[in-house]
Amino acid sequence: MFGRLTIDALPFYSWIAEAGAMVVVGGAVVSFLLVTYLKAWKTLWFDWFLSVDHKRIGIMYLVLTLIMFLRGVVEGVMMRAQQAVALNSDGYLPPMHFEQLFSTHGTIMIFFVVMPFLTGLINLIVPQQIGARDVAYPFLNSLSFWLTAAGGALVMVSLVIGQFSRAGWTGYPPYSGLQYSPNEGVDYWIWSLMISGIGTTLSGINFIVTIIRNRCPGMTWMRMPMFTWTAFCASILIAFAFPALTVVAAQLALDRLLGFHFFTNGDGGNMMMYANLIWIWGHPEVYILILPAFGVFSEVVATFSRKRLFGYDYLVYATACIALLSFTVWLHHFFTMGSSANVNAAFGIATMIIAVPTGVKIFDWLFTMYRGRIEFPPAMLFTVGFMVTFVIGGVTGVLLAMPPADYLMHNSVFLVAHFHNMLIPGALFGYLAGMNYWFPKAFGFKLDQKWGVRCFWLLISGFYLAFMPLYVLGFMGMSRRMEHYANPEWQPYLIVAAFGAALILASVACLVIQILVSIRNRDALRDETGDPWNGRTLEWATSSPAAPYNFAVIPEVSDLDAFHSQKMEAKAYQRPQAYEDIVMPKPSVLGIVLGGLGFIIAFAIVWHIWWLAVAGLAGAAACVIYRSCDDDTDFVIPAEEVARIEAAHLERLTPERQHDMRIYQPSAHAAEPVLEGGRS
Amino acid sequence: MEKVSLPGLQRYLTGFVLAVLLTAIPFAAVALQLLSSGAALALIAVCAVIQVIVHLYYFLHIDFKSTPTANMFFLIFAAILIFLMVGGSLWIMSDLHHRMM
Repeated sequence: MFGRLTIDALPFYSWIAEAGAMVVVGGAVVSFLLVTYLKAWKTLWFDWFLSVDHKRIGIMYLVLTLIMFLRGVVEGVMMRAQQAVALNSDGYLPPMHFEQLFSTHGTIMIFFVVMPFLTGLINLIVPQQIGARDVAYPFLNSLSFWLTAAGGALVMVSLVIGQFSRAGWTGYPPYSGLQYSPNEGVDYWIWSLMISGIGTTLSGINFIVTIIRNRCPGMTWMRMPMFTWTAFCASILIAFAFPALTVVAAQLALDRLLGFHFFTNGDGGNMMMYANLIWIWGHPEVYILILPAFGVFSEVVATFSRKRLFGYDYLVYATACIALLSFTVWLHHFFTMGSSANVNAAFGIATMIIAVPTGVKIFDWLFTMYRGRIEFPPAMLFTVGFMVTFVIGGVTGVLLAMPPADYLMHNSVFLVAHFHNMLIPGALFGYLAGMNYWFPKAFGFKLDQKWGVRCFWLLISGFYLAFMPLYVLGFMGMSRRMEHYANPEWQPYLIVAAFGAALILASVACLVIQILVSIRNRDALRDETGDPWNGRTLEWATSSPAAPYNFAVIPEVSDLDAFHSQKMEAKAYQRPQAYEDIVMPKPSVLGIVLGGLGFIIAFAIVWHIWWLAVAGLAGAAACVIYRSCDDDTDFVIPAEEVARIEAAHLERLTPERQHDMRIYQPSAHAAEPVLEGGRS
Repeated sequence: MEKVSLPGLQRYLTGFVLAVLLTAIPFAAVALQLLSSGAALALIAVCAVIQVIVHLYYFLHIDFKSTPTANMFFLIFAAILIFLMVGGSLWIMSDLHHRMM
């Protein structure tokens, strides 16, 4: 009846597992009681869970991100604490838990923190940046979110029922095969990736179509804001790379469930093919994580330097180059697998080449800042912190791209330091900058700056303290993923690293406080105009938060920085002659239902409860058929309603609240020649 | 209306027949053991590639004349990526295989 799910799956075998389960169950109970206390179930269900509005879906992605981020950070801190004390002793974490921790930490941070973070920001902003009313497939968008959430829920449930994978976040066979990992852990890992991977693929396709088809009149390719460009390239990478992950995870699942031999040594299987396939996905994935962050930095740096982005064309070409080249370097993740020198050299050189367009971008951002009127709100601090820190990671990356050097550093904590050095400044700083920058657009009030600055400084100093020692330790020969060790020379560095991790934890606390303080002071931080930063791109032309339809009248664009030039020509905020009825997609219950069914199917397969899996699949098929037959998916917002919403917005737009654009007028004494692209 | 739809139907039917043929040939080659395993793999690969082109031309109506340049660009991009992934995998795995001998 319940497959291999027995009462033993409950976490009463160790205090660590009990504590983890209690946090999950406690968190769920507290959230439930809080929503009940606020009497918000109806709002939550009808206005949020069923919503197909891209802005609401984006916000839900951000909430998911925050929850998973808290868990991921705590796991990182736990591992650092273990390694700080585990010299010639077992520390406080048994190997079983330590191995699960590094597996879940990687899985969560990549699939359920950075991925939903970037998808959330893209959802929130891209349709507004291109002057559209919604994404191309609003219902699919809701479905994507709920599938991602189902994957995240599966990882969370693994804390309470059973165990998670111990095979690392890449799950290499043969260790992840049935012979060495017979329990449900690897299955949890496979199915959380499969479910969320389907969601990610669908949102990738959704945004490719949205950006190709839904741009407003006049927005040619080379007038698209940089964030939209990077979102577009990342979506293409998603559409092409994620199938490889789905295939390789499905093959591993077939190996484990049906006795196939794709990756076992018997019967002609080859585990090397697993490494090959997972990195065909894995390397483009790195750029999926980082490209949209580059877009955020481009927007932030132009806005807060009060200048047009320097070398926009080069940034576009560099982004496109990175997108293509990211498919040519995957072997550098397994140089030591035993390929011949020719193969290693080819992929090593390709890896070094990909550093070039990234370098181009750094110079573009630096020249954007050159002679700008730079301001330093948290978003800009994260951007500058990123530029300084990311370059260090890039240099160590080029070092690792040399196969002979890689043979020495492979699998050491030098590698751990390198990729954290890329992803923390590259992705996390980027999306935190984006959150600080676009928060008023989502909620109508700005985030508190003081706590944002504290969060930044703690995060960047914690980052340096936590990961610079790991570079040194890598050279001293420390392998990654060590539960305990016997070399006393390592311990001082590991203690410093643990202290850095504590600072990172403190910065996350600042982030939470920043959000809470901002909610408390929301009236003082209110953004009345919809344009709190004197922004340059179209998303700032809408009200904050934007009306359900974003734009009452679809804008027309004649310049790269569309909204900036509208303001310069005093054409922004024009009241049209008349408003028209606006057709918008209806909310749908099927997104959350299909997400829930996805969770049930995955959970059932993990525990071999076959009847439940079949029932879930049948339900999902019925939902899809029902939705395909439903032709009544739109509703109309009448023109009077639009006029009322717009009038309220325009009323708040008093002249004294609008930005003074005179600073952008060229002054007489600034007649000396300016750098190309440096014109304001 | 009749005149417009008739060539369309013909096109679909041609595509269908070709698709069936291109599926039947590799199946027959394997089932009846007409070829050595290397030659059979090559035949399957060639038939699969032609099958892809048949689908694109007859069912999705993609050709060099009527398809917009942007769509063609994306298709070519996709072809390059698939070439990189499949070609790279073949190169890597055959190199490994060679070194394991």
